[in-house]
Formats: sequence, structure tokens, C-alpha cells
Amino acid sequence: MMRMVNGLIDWVDARLPVVNTYKKHMSEYYAPKNFNFWYYFGVLSMVVLINQLLTGIWLTMFYSPSDGFGSVEYIMRDVQWGWLIRYMHAVGASAFFAVVYLHMFRGLLYGSYKPPRELVWIFGMLIYVALMAEGFLGYVLPWGNMSYWGAQVIISLAGAIPFDILPFIDAKDAKEIGEALTTWVRGDYLLSTATVNKFFALHVVAIPLVLVALVFLHILALHEVGSNNPDGVEIKQNKDENGIPRDGIPFHPYYTVKDLPGVIVFLMIFAVVIFFFPTGGGYLIEKPNFVAANPLKTPDHIAPVWYYGPYYAMLRATTIEWFGMSAKSWGLIAMGGGIVVLFLLPWLDRHPVKSIRYKGWLSKTLLLIFALDFLMLGFLGTQPASGLYKTLAQIGTVYYFLFFFLALPLAHRFEKSKAVPERVTGGH
Amino acid sequence: MSNDGVNTSRRTFLIGLTSAVGAAGAIGAAVPFVKSWQPSAKAENAGAPVEVDVSKLDMGQRVVAEWRGQPIWVVRRTDDMIANLDKLNGELKDPQSEADQQPPYAANEWRSIKKEYLVLIGICTHLGCSPLFEEEPTVELQYGGFFCPCHGSKFDLAGRVYQGVPAPTNLVVPPHSYTSDAVIIIGSEEGETEA
Amino acid sequence: MKKLVVALLFSCLPALAGAAGGHDVELEKAPVNLQDKVSLQNGAKLFVNYCMGCHSLEYLRYGRMAEDLGMSDELTLKYLNFTTDKIGDQMQNGMTAADGKAWFGNPPPDLSLAARHRSSDWIYSYLIGFYEDESRPYGYNNHVFPSVGMPHVMAKMEQDLSEEEFESNMGDITNFLTYAAEPIAPTRERIGVYVLVFLAILLIPAYLLKKEYWKDVH
Repeated sequence: MMRMVNGLIDWVDARLPVVNTYKKHMSEYYAPKNFNFWYYFGVLSMVVLINQLLTGIWLTMFYSPSDGFGSVEYIMRDVQWGWLIRYMHAVGASAFFAVVYLHMFRGLLYGSYKPPRELVWIFGMLIYVALMAEGFLGYVLPWGNMSYWGAQVIISLAGAIPFDILPFIDAKDAKEIGEALTTWVRGDYLLSTATVNKFFALHVVAIPLVLVALVFLHILALHEVGSNNPDGVEIKQNKDENGIPRDGIPFHPYYTVKDLPGVIVFLMIFAVVIFFFPTGGGYLIEKPNFVAANPLKTPDHIAPVWYYGPYYAMLRATTIEWFGMSAKSWGLIAMGGGIVVLFLLPWLDRHPVKSIRYKGWLSKTLLLIFALDFLMLGFLGTQPASGLYKTLAQIGTVYYFLFFFLALPLAHRFEKSKAVPERVTGGH
Repeated sequence: MSNDGVNTSRRTFLIGLTSAVGAAGAIGAAVPFVKSWQPSAKAENAGAPVEVDVSKLDMGQRVVAEWRGQPIWVVRRTDDMIANLDKLNGELKDPQSEADQQPPYAANEWRSIKKEYLVLIGICTHLGCSPLFEEEPTVELQYGGFFCPCHGSKFDLAGRVYQGVPAPTNLVVPPHSYTSDAVIIIGSEEGETEA
Repeated sequence: MKKLVVALLFSCLPALAGAAGGHDVELEKAPVNLQDKVSLQNGAKLFVNYCMGCHSLEYLRYGRMAEDLGMSDELTLKYLNFTTDKIGDQMQNGMTAADGKAWFGNPPPDLSLAARHRSSDWIYSYLIGFYEDESRPYGYNNHVFPSVGMPHVMAKMEQDLSEEEFESNMGDITNFLTYAAEPIAPTRERIGVYVLVFLAILLIPAYLLKKEYWKDVH
């Protein structure tokens, strides 16, 4: 039996680099031995991705874009176990963003985007952007009233793109281009089945293909340069006589067995939400989405799902008309800029030290405030914008950009960093 | 890194245990995905039993009902038609209805609960066409019967297949029962299944 | 580092606390108990008799309701259904949206998901929230839904019964609508317990396996 299996492996391996690939990415991929709590979120993103793909494929078997709302209830009630598959997918969407945000914050903590890992970060950011698009498109499909009005607001943004900043386009033309663009996106003069059909195709085929390709590139790029770690020490600079990093351990079995309990704990949290709080108190599936899309009645309070909160807060925080451009356009620039600036992170951060562990108190404080600021913006994005909340959102937006354009490039000049060790510390 | 004093048997045991419990979980997790392919409540409702009132059906005539997207024939056979069934036995593939093409209560020489009423799924057992009903004798069918226009399969007035035609088995008798003397319920055996 | 985590967690709290808000009117707590079959059956009976003339439950099937509420198909078809003879049919009514709009200003909404769209408390408070108001076309207004187009269908019941009995009946309707909004809810929670127990069991060998292998790492 074993001989047959080995024979088969040899046969395939002579034609496809199976053994080499396995060695390169698993059994002889040397990861630093000092990964901590924050290093679970990469594998967890993978787990959620697989969950989304599987449950998503199954949902397409029962969902029908021409009756989005009715077919979701059909799945929830008439399809055997459809309710579970749908909840896994809906809660999975939020779980995806939760683990991705924590994964990104890990990068911020330990400088994982710094050379030589810029491309890893860029691919990661592209995944994040694709995920935001995917989340939005998927949010529209159940065709509840929140889906409808959320889509209405977001698609209207296309009409706010300030084309008139180009010298050869005047304000009137810019408005016309914007309107033509929104009509094109909708494929109709109002949001309709034509729009849902289009979004369905993008949500289930186009974006998932892009996502999977990007995840592949993200991991390929990571394994080329090797993983960073909480100390920000390059383990490849200290190898033993066999060329193996002294602080590295094979990904398999050490990190596979370490990730497994982490995945199980995550699944437990995931299961608690799915089985006991599937609507997340109105944060994961909003109450207005339990009534079908109604073009004549806007819900009392339109808010994006929590994971878009920070950027939505930035969009609304901008109320000033500068340089002859409307506040709406500036809002769009703030929102888009908030994402674009993340792409520039590897070049904005001029700190000589990678890990927060060895940076000075100033950097630590500024990063902590940034994290709180991001959470605050996220919260504000889901709340009505008025009075204090509006002011807070404006302050939060300003700090968000100051962090990237002042704190990251300059903080190291005003603080004393600790000495970075030669070898990684800890290891359990 | 050091591999001194590794307890290999403990490792093997723990790998086995984790894999076994994990595999059980994977099977459990697969259940919803597999079961979701079963007919939904909507499909079950659409495929619910159908009642056919045969009280107004004339002697020797047929009525067609639809059940689960299939034509269901109910033929009210005349005494002549019933008497003729025996005469064909030598030309049929399975005159005694030995193949499992009918519920036990229709496994008799006339293939029905009551002699008078024949209930069949009107789908040829060859490739799924719906045969034509010939109440009068024809060149092909000397006592009448069913003739499949697609590939020429022939069945008698009990749905039994002739020899030398492509259809392999007799026509299928669906599960059915009588809720009253002249009301047949197709797809349900909750009514009377005795003549 | 630990402090940072704690700080992050705490900053999530206001977000969670704000989740329940959204209505200004103070709502009464609805007596929802999905295990109480007697209450659910009474709620179903009252709903079919008083509400279903105008409000459908288009996503709920008679057979599903009969099974979940512990009623036989025959009795359900006989006493709780005026529109169809198929147990698997959805709980529709005869009113068209156009008629509803003409009669009440707005078509009476389908209530399959009312308890998830509004809330059980809202429905309960609404049902017990009618009061006499001559300025309204039907002579009644509502505390929870001012100027509502719906007449006080159960005005006579409210007069005939004691306050306690009436509120108990309204509680049963609310309970039934809560059931109707998510018939799977009790099953969902039961399965959830099994899933969590299973994962907790799986965690034990997985954790021991990790400990065993990581003895190598110094």
C-alpha cells in the first residue's frame, strides 16, 4: 500500500513539483519561532475565506437575483439547512473584516510592511480593497431596504467624483459625466433587478477570482522574503551551518499544530455568533433589511455595516468647500485617500526600527491613539452624524491623516528607540 | 530546536486522536451542505399528492393528471379490455410484473388496485418520452394500449411492455390510493389500497 | 502590549451598547417564550382570526407551523386556514396590494418578518397601545405608531376581556409572530450548543498536540 502511494507521488512529482512545493511552503519554510497572539489572524483569514467560498457557492444554488429578498427567505425557511449556510456566510462577512483588520494591525505593530516586505503589504492591501468591493456587492444581494438604500448612497458617490479637477472639464460637464456613470453602474434609471443581476455576477464570479489570485500572490510574496516577527528581527541574517535560520522553525509541523487550536477557538467564537446572535444585535444583519427594498421609503437611519464605518465617517466628516470643489467631492477624496494612504505605508514609515517593541514612547502612544481613532471613526460611521459626533469624526479624520503624513515619517526624530536584539526573544 | 527525547508514540497517538475527532467534525459540517440539495419545502409542496376524481370518466377513456412534473394516466378499462389482458401474455416481456415497477398493491395481473382503474406514470421506460394512448386496436396493438412515438415501444392496457421493443420494463405504477370510491390520490398511500 | 489589547476591547463597548437603540417611544417588554406551545397556538388562532384578513404570512407554510406548534395537519387546515386546501401552502390572504392601498392608505404589510424588522417588544407595545381618538377615521390612535392607518381590530376584545386577559392574548400574538419571523430559532440554538461542545472536545487533543510538538522549540 505505502509502496503504491509512494510510487504515485514519485510519478506525479516527476511531472509536477509537488514535493518541492510542499517543502518550500510547509516543511522547510522556516518561520520565526516567536510568533505571538497577533500571528493567528493570517491563517484565520484563510479559514474565513474558505468558509465564504464554500457557503457562497452553496447560496448561489438557491439564490435568485430576480427575487433577491424572497429567495433569501426561501433559503432561510424552505431549503433544508439553508438558514445555517446563509448565517455562516453573512456572519462570515463580518468575521472576514474582523480578522483582516486585526491582521493589518499586526503589520502596523511590528512593521511587517517595511523592506523587504513591501509587496506582501501591497498585495494585502489589494485583498482588502477587493474585500470591501465584495462586501458591498454581497450586501446588496438580499435586496432588503437597507441593501437598496445603502447601494443608492454608494452608487451616488460615482456622481461625486470631481472630474472637474481636470483642466479640460468644466463643472457642468463633470456633473453630466457623473450622472452618466451612475446610470451605467445601475444599468437602469433606478436601482433595479438589472443592478442586482450585475452585482450578483461580480460578487460570485469576478471578485472571488481576483481575491483568490491575490491571496495566492500575497502568500507567494511572503514566502519569498520570509515572515517578520514581533521583534522585527530578520531571522535569515543568522543561519546555522546548514543554511537554516537559527531562530526559524519549520512551518509544518510547528505552526500547523499551533494554528489548529487557534482556529478551533476562533470557530467557537464564530459559532457563538452564528447560533446565538446571528444578526449581531442589528450590526451584522440590520433590522431594516428584514423588509424588502422599497424605493419610496428610506429607513430612518442609514448606516453602512460596521466594517465600512471608519471610511464612511471620513466621507461625512468633510463639510467644507475648498478650492471651488464641493464638500461631497472632498468627502470622496477623504474616503479614497484614507485607503490610498495605506498603500503608501511602506514608504511613509521612516522609522529605523521595525517593531513597536523597540520604538520609543512617542511612537507607541501615537499608534495607540491611531488604533483608538480608527475604532472611534468606525463607531461614528454607524451613528447619525450630528453635533458632538460630527466634530469627533472631523477630529478623527484629521488625526488619521496626520498619523500617516507626520507621525510615521517623523516620530523617530523625537524619541529614543531601544536597542533591537540580534536574535528573537521568547519562543513559546 | 532539538529532537532529543521525542515521544513518538505520544505524537502519533495525538495526531490520530485529533484527526479522528476532526474528521467526525468535518462529516458533521458536511451534513448541511449535502442535505441542502434535497427537495426544499417549496418543492415538497409542489410535489405533494394530487387528487384525481374519476367519477365522471367514461368507460374506456383516459384522464391525464400532473404529479411531480410527470403525466399521470388514469384509464377506466372496460370489461373487454380487462378480459383481453390475458391473451397477450405470450407477447410480453414481463407479463407477471415481476420487475419492481409497481407498488405491492398493484403487483397483480391487471396491475392496479381496482381492476377497472389503471393508474400509470405516462413516461416510457426506454428514454422518457410519453407514449400515445390507443383505446382502439391498431396495426401495432391488436387490443389497444400505449405506443411510444419516439422509438416504437409498445405497452398493453396494463402498461406491460411487449417483447422486441427498446423499452426494457413495464410502465411504472405510481404510489396511489383511494380516498373514496372514485377519488384517487396520486403520491399518497394514506387512503385505501385494497380493491 | 496587554494594555493595548484591553484598551482596544474597551473602545468596542460603546459600539455594542448603541446597537439596540433606534426608537424614542418606550416599549413594553413582550412576553416571548418560544417553548410555550399553548401560547403559540393561541397566538396562531388569534392571528388567523383577527389579523390574517389583511396581513399575510407569505414566508410561513401551514404545514411548517402545524409541525412546529404541535398541531395536526387536519385540524390546522380545518380551523386555521381559510384560503387553501394544501398543507404545504404559504399563509397568504386574498387581499391585493391595490385593494389594501385603497382601503387603508397603505397596503397592510406582510408580517412574516415583522418581529425581526420591528421587534417583539414593538409589536407587543403596538398591540396594547391603541387608545380612543375621535380625530382618526376609525376612532382610534396608537401610542407606538401615531396616526396608524390600521383600525383597532381588537377593540371589542379589549372591552370584553379584563386588561390582564387582553394583554395575555396580545402577548400570545406577539409570541406567535416572533416564532413566525424565524421558525428555526429554537433549533438553531439547540444545534449551537452541540457545535460548541464538539469544538471544546476537539480543542483538547489539538492543544495537547501543540504542547507536545512545541517541546522541541527552545
